[in-house]
Amino acid sequence: MQQANTSQRSVPATRKSGARLAWIGRAFLLALALFAVIVLVRSFFDNPQLFAQIVISGLQLGFVYALIALGYTMVYGIVKLINFAHGDVFMAGAFVSFFAVTRFQLHLWPAMVFPNLPPIVVTVVGSITVILLSMAVCALMAVTIERVAYKPLRTAPRIAALITAIGVSFFLEYFGALNFVFSPRFIPYQRPFDVVTWYIFDGIHQVMPGQNPPQGSITFSNIAIIIMVVSILMQLSLQFLVRRTRIGKAMRATAFDKQAAQLMGINVDRVISITFAIGSAFAGLGGVLYAIAYPSINTLLGVLPGLKAFVAAVLGGIGSIPGAFVGALIMGQAEALTAGYISTPMRDAIAFTILIVVLLVRPTGIFGEPEKEKA
Amino acid sequence: MRAFKITSLFALAAIAVSACASAGGTGGDIKVAILAPLSGPVPTFGVSTRDGALQAIDEWNAKGGINGQKIVPIVEDSQCTPDPALNAAHKVIDQDKVSFIIGEVCSKASIPISDYANSKKIIEMSPTSTATGVTVDQNGKVKDYIFRACFIDPFQGKVAAKFALGTLKAQTAFIMLDQSNDYVKGLAEAFEQAYTAAGGKVVGKENYTGKDTDFSTILAKVADAKPGLVYLPDYYNIVNLVTKQAKEKGITAPFMGGDGWDSPDLDTKAADGGYYTNHYSPEDTRPEVVNFVKAYGVKYKDDKGQPKTPDALAALAYDAGNLLFTAIKDAGSTDTTKVRDTLTKISFDGISGKITYDADHNPVKSATILHVTGGKVVFDSVVNP
Repeated sequence: MQQANTSQRSVPATRKSGARLAWIGRAFLLALALFAVIVLVRSFFDNPQLFAQIVISGLQLGFVYALIALGYTMVYGIVKLINFAHGDVFMAGAFVSFFAVTRFQLHLWPAMVFPNLPPIVVTVVGSITVILLSMAVCALMAVTIERVAYKPLRTAPRIAALITAIGVSFFLEYFGALNFVFSPRFIPYQRPFDVVTWYIFDGIHQVMPGQNPPQGSITFSNIAIIIMVVSILMQLSLQFLVRRTRIGKAMRATAFDKQAAQLMGINVDRVISITFAIGSAFAGLGGVLYAIAYPSINTLLGVLPGLKAFVAAVLGGIGSIPGAFVGALIMGQAEALTAGYISTPMRDAIAFTILIVVLLVRPTGIFGEPEKEKA
Repeated sequence: MRAFKITSLFALAAIAVSACASAGGTGGDIKVAILAPLSGPVPTFGVSTRDGALQAIDEWNAKGGINGQKIVPIVEDSQCTPDPALNAAHKVIDQDKVSFIIGEVCSKASIPISDYANSKKIIEMSPTSTATGVTVDQNGKVKDYIFRACFIDPFQGKVAAKFALGTLKAQTAFIMLDQSNDYVKGLAEAFEQAYTAAGGKVVGKENYTGKDTDFSTILAKVADAKPGLVYLPDYYNIVNLVTKQAKEKGITAPFMGGDGWDSPDLDTKAADGGYYTNHYSPEDTRPEVVNFVKAYGVKYKDDKGQPKTPDALAALAYDAGNLLFTAIKDAGSTDTTKVRDTLTKISFDGISGKITYDADHNPVKSATILHVTGGKVVFDSVVNP
């Protein structure tokens, strides 16, 4: 999944106008980056506590984007398809957990089966069940989407599959908005567990309702920690899967050359299905965590996070798993710092400016390798 | 071939002309369009508005209609968004030939509708669009055929500022607003003006966009500024997100907002301790309010089959319908110019208070302050202009 291989011929690197554009672009970017660093350093010394608070919210956002970006990048690495429906699978993940919690009280099942369990065990086991259910449903959904919408187009031009992906995305958003599916409402999300906040001030204390944390303290919540830990764990396990297991080897082979892999006896269809399933399970997981952190859901929930995770994947080098992760963290910080020190409405603009700049200056992204020509 | 085309064009033109002529005639039914955001960002507003207006129409029809003419409602989804709203207005005006429109809810959708309706001399009665620009154009000239049933943004902002300083004794305030939303901007500006004029201090003002879900950065600044009050005059979907995240950050300052908070989907646990200005309270004991609440509950049920309590949207849509129909009855005609003249001089006792119109077609009426507490929204006080 490291190499982004295509049958396209790469553009000769010595085109003059292109080179000059890139040079000007780089100089401009360097100046801009320098300016940003100065502003940030100054803001840090102005109010270090506020700065830390903003960085924490950026981390929380970045790690959620990382979960979504992994799916984008895995699928792109293998089938060279930007799966625009990915953000909507993320949305479905949030809704599945919502229904599991409100309709079926699934997060309380351990208490119903074993009434004597301590509440903390009930919460942990119940929440994990809800998350696993969401992941499973999303995986199943993605495999179905792949079979129905993408597989028939595997030999068609890439643009056809891309447009189909956009179509699937709209289908999920507006089919979900029907009253008998998810309804178009903004639904207050009921969490499987409560969010607890702590503040750091002479040690770590819990924030009590109706009580302001003291001036100069930094607050963080359990959901922020859960998002970070889960995201890092998923990243590591994915690395392990791709590098050390048979299916990972098959994935890498399929990414490198689909036809050759098939000739070597790899069941390419299965590999692709598994890739979609894993990527979408991560999106479902991200969806649940996102809804817990920002508890209001509707069917267009996945659009912006999906697009931003896509930018993150491009920034890190689409097709590269560590790239997606690093790109997502950068996106999270860029957004939070923009919101903190420029203005909140600017943060989407900055996010997509990053996309444009990356495509202009380094289209392969941070970790991406330049396209190699096939022999 | 060409000759054929030309004759067919003439034929079409003739049909169009005759269609126009027949639409102008009197007698028969009175078509009234209800433009409401049944989908889009605030669907509960749309449903309440439609139901409230239909309630008024049903009551009039049960009494034999207006001057013997039955009222026929035409409901369109205008999505609280300028383009779909304008399309819906074109549809009901050009295709269905209505002369009267009840709607839209959102100011940003009502403004384009009002411009088109006014140019066609169609009466638009917006139940709940509070922005100044709905009834008055950019040059400050009143749009002759456009009215509303609610008070306007500056008034809500003023009342909130008075309440914040007087009752809550909050000397400092933090304002959060969505710059792209006329309604939110209008309330925030009016609040800021009235609040600073009365001696309050605005310690921070932050923008966001209506699509945001993560408010942690702004709330970090709120926690840093420690204001006595946070003014957040947005719709319930944003209020739910912001107040929940604020509670988790340990922010204790009360939140205050406008009638955008008024929704069955407001998360009363998250918004606990908050206040908002509104048009009416179902707990009001005036007989017309009691009767309306009862009749509405008989007609509309919630998910669990319980009688629905009409929110302010429903009450205002009901008032808007009754205002319009009373004016048509008093004018004795469906001629929109005559109805307009009657409306400007009307004195009407509605659910949301006694309504008369000022020169800019804005009602002169009272405001209600509601308090979110213990998982419920309770009546706090009435503030007169």
